[in-house]
Amino acid sequence: MIRHRQRIWLLAAVLMLLCAALLLLGVGIGSTGFESVLAARHDPIALQIVQEIRLPRTLGAWLAGALLGLAGAVAQGLFRNPLADPYLLGSASGASLGVALALALFGASPSATQWLVRLGLTGAAFVGAVLAVLLTLMLARGVQQTLRLLLAGVIVGVVLGAAKDLVTIGSADILQALQGFMLGGTGLVGWSACAVMAGLGAICLLAAWALAPVLDGLALGEATAASLGLPLGAMRAALVAVLALATGTAVAQTGLIAFVGLAAPHLVRSIVKTTHAWLVLLSAVMGGLLLMAADLLARWLIAPQELPVGVLTAVLGGSYLLWLMHRRGRGGIR
Amino acid sequence: MSAALEARRVDAALGGTPVLHAIDLAIAAGRWTSIVGPNGAGKSTLLRVLAGLLPHGGEVRLFDASLHGLPGRVRARRMSWLGQGGAGESSADDLLVYDLAMLGRMPHQRWLAPPSEADRAAVERALRSTQAWDWRDRPLGQLSGGERQRVLLARALAVEAEVLLMDEPLANLDPPHQSDWMQTMRALVAEGRTVVSVLHELSMALAADALVVMDHGRMVHHGGCSDPATHAALEQVFEHRVRVHRVAEQWIALPT
Repeated sequence: MIRHRQRIWLLAAVLMLLCAALLLLGVGIGSTGFESVLAARHDPIALQIVQEIRLPRTLGAWLAGALLGLAGAVAQGLFRNPLADPYLLGSASGASLGVALALALFGASPSATQWLVRLGLTGAAFVGAVLAVLLTLMLARGVQQTLRLLLAGVIVGVVLGAAKDLVTIGSADILQALQGFMLGGTGLVGWSACAVMAGLGAICLLAAWALAPVLDGLALGEATAASLGLPLGAMRAALVAVLALATGTAVAQTGLIAFVGLAAPHLVRSIVKTTHAWLVLLSAVMGGLLLMAADLLARWLIAPQELPVGVLTAVLGGSYLLWLMHRRGRGGIR
Repeated sequence: MSAALEARRVDAALGGTPVLHAIDLAIAAGRWTSIVGPNGAGKSTLLRVLAGLLPHGGEVRLFDASLHGLPGRVRARRMSWLGQGGAGESSADDLLVYDLAMLGRMPHQRWLAPPSEADRAAVERALRSTQAWDWRDRPLGQLSGGERQRVLLARALAVEAEVLLMDEPLANLDPPHQSDWMQTMRALVAEGRTVVSVLHELSMALAADALVVMDHGRMVHHGGCSDPATHAALEQVFEHRVRVHRVAEQWIALPT
């Protein structure tokens, strides 16, 4: 037991150290290189590059990844399915539809830097994600039956995806801008976005941690969890709210980033076996680390050009899961 | 003898299909009662209703208090549940055996409070009584079906409730551990606890103090395990394809 506790603390410490190292690296990588950091003391432009672009972007990548990692751990615990991901309740397609509608309405590019346009797109993505989850809940008639919830999520995903396609057919000029959102990106994350993600992320993390014993109980099945005297209905609703809020916040700021939410809890579980209270915390840190690393690679691989970070996370996450599947060929993915 | 659990005109349905019909049953406190019957007789449904885990008509009372009015945590402290098929749940594979058994203490703990000394002692007692203490640092996913079942039994024992309800607790257990399970039940009853188990192994069920014989959603008979009327009811619901014998001081049911 003590050995396990030590292992958990060790993993937490290693993850935090890696995060700090990548944060430093993230501040140094960009079109102007590490010299901007060295010149920041006396060069106001270099200072601005570091302080207003690289730092919030790197930190933002960590925060968005942490939100997705946390949401992934909650989704996998709630649905008792290791393949559950944060977008399961239709939030991804809802956010895409929201952004498509906003783009068709504003006629703006998502790379536009005017704060009003950015706020409009971010807001549309958030509202779209949350409305999609509410629609899923309505179709599933609440949160009591996880299978119905899953099915409703799939239906909402398909229907809203089709609606988004209809919008893009109607105004084809938004296609490229929408593609940018759907591939995911951290390039435009500023301090305000960081503040929103940090604030809502802290609330989600605290709530998920407090509700984690329910996920432990649910791991033994619905009946056993109910026999432990847990008010399952209310707690499940609160967990769905955490899932929707964390996913909606991340998607709104960074677009659709694949695999981080799915892979982060798997990575944690492959290193330590523990209760959900630890799993949600460690998955958040792991998710942050994964997205920060992917963001760095996206900036560095074909510098000074950038790859969409969502493409990288999909490739890396997919490869990792494939490796995991082979390694556990006999036991299957856990 | 006072009743630990009492069902009064209880009906229940699964997916709109009536499964239990007007069950009147009083389960004696401090005794081991087994529920038996052919497949589809409603045994597990009855147990779930008694545990307060299934909506039902009529009334279920736990030591003179209606389950309807009993707060969930109070019910959970007084009545422990071991479900069917729990050993097959893969979603618990990443939980350590010790952490899993500690879930049984949840009804006694304040929310998010760390386990107390009493909680740790109860978990150790439970894991030792099912010979699972040595695996306490291992994740459930590394254990065999029978070993998992013993850990899940320890989780149910860790509640230290007055009433234990168990659905197919012998699934995956080899004969020596089935025998251990029986000894554990006897020890619990000797401490004054009430045990209600749904069992397919009729000879194991006949080792209980009392037998509830079910068929087609109705209670056909409730009586002592040595009672010839109980044996007759048992043979009747299994269409006389089993016969109860007395062998080496024990009642056993053999296929005819």
